[in-house]
Amino acid sequence: MHMPLEDTLGLNLLAANQHRAEHNREHFDAWNLLCLNVMSSPGAGKTSLLERSLAALSGRWAMAVLEGDMTTLLDAERLEAVGIPVVPITTGRACHLDAAMVSGGLKLLHQRLDPAALDILWVENVGNLVCPAEFAIGEHRKVALLSVTEGDDKPLKYPVMFREADCVLITKVDLLPHLPVDVERIEAHIRQVNPRTAVFRLSATTGEGFEAWHDWLDAQRQAVQTSPTLLHA
Amino acid sequence: MHEVDMTRCLLLSMHEWKQQHAPREPHVDRVHLEVGTFTCVEPDQLVVTWSDAVKGTWLDGSELVIESVPLVGRCVRCQATYSPDAADGFRSPCCQHPMEEIVSGRELRIRSVAYGFEPSPAHVPPTTPRPTAAR
Repeated sequence: MHMPLEDTLGLNLLAANQHRAEHNREHFDAWNLLCLNVMSSPGAGKTSLLERSLAALSGRWAMAVLEGDMTTLLDAERLEAVGIPVVPITTGRACHLDAAMVSGGLKLLHQRLDPAALDILWVENVGNLVCPAEFAIGEHRKVALLSVTEGDDKPLKYPVMFREADCVLITKVDLLPHLPVDVERIEAHIRQVNPRTAVFRLSATTGEGFEAWHDWLDAQRQAVQTSPTLLHA
Repeated sequence: MHEVDMTRCLLLSMHEWKQQHAPREPHVDRVHLEVGTFTCVEPDQLVVTWSDAVKGTWLDGSELVIESVPLVGRCVRCQATYSPDAADGFRSPCCQHPMEEIVSGRELRIRSVAYGFEPSPAHVPPTTPRPTAAR
């Protein structure tokens, strides 16, 4: 029998991931690039969003993608077709990217190009509205997608994801005439859990809403150039 | 499923804590966590993954004790605190304001570790010599 002792730690449960995320962030800031963590449920349109935004912005910004996928290279192949460097990160059984996986992706990216030449690094997370919200990867901004086909209740059912997002993109709005869903109600629910987030309504099929979304992106890119430390990790 | 990865992070933190006590080997009785209800963590699942993960390791036999921290919001209009509820859209009942400020409920914290040290032979006080039998 030993004498009972107690240490008070007060440590973040995810401190190990947080330390790696901060390390990634130091690299992003040293390279002077904007890192975006793009998250949503499966099928909300992350890859379609990237296809359209990468094609539209490639003349303005130098970009690359770290593409998280549990098992396949299908999304990475779609994005490679746009002509942007893509590093696939196959997560296996893990349902989210963590900072160590992104660090591994950065090493592979570094073998192909000089990251300091990039303006924006996109990280497409694994399709999941739960786990990615809790695992920082060192990103400057979290972008969450919610398609109109998912219904208006998702921000209330998965509030942590929408609370954490700096920007929420309501996607597939071209389908609204065919759905019994109220987009105003979707946006109201998003703002109920996160009144400070930016919200845009988009269609990757028609291009609706992309101009405003890209303007927001430009502003974030400028903010990193001006003062990277003002943006949260 | 992410409780497995959270357990892995927790084990790494515990390993770092153990290093602070080197070369002595702490025997951990309990690890106390504070887990907010506005997180993506299912406490029961975390306890199960912890129990499985520590089997056969230096933490074998330790107990994970989780204190649940309720979600509390503060209405930025009237400054009243309230318990945000999904059924009410997380709005404040006083002013129907969106959930702007969170007071508690986002905690994912290792609060404390209860442990001890088994007395090593070097620390065991010498036993009193037995009296020699009278001749």
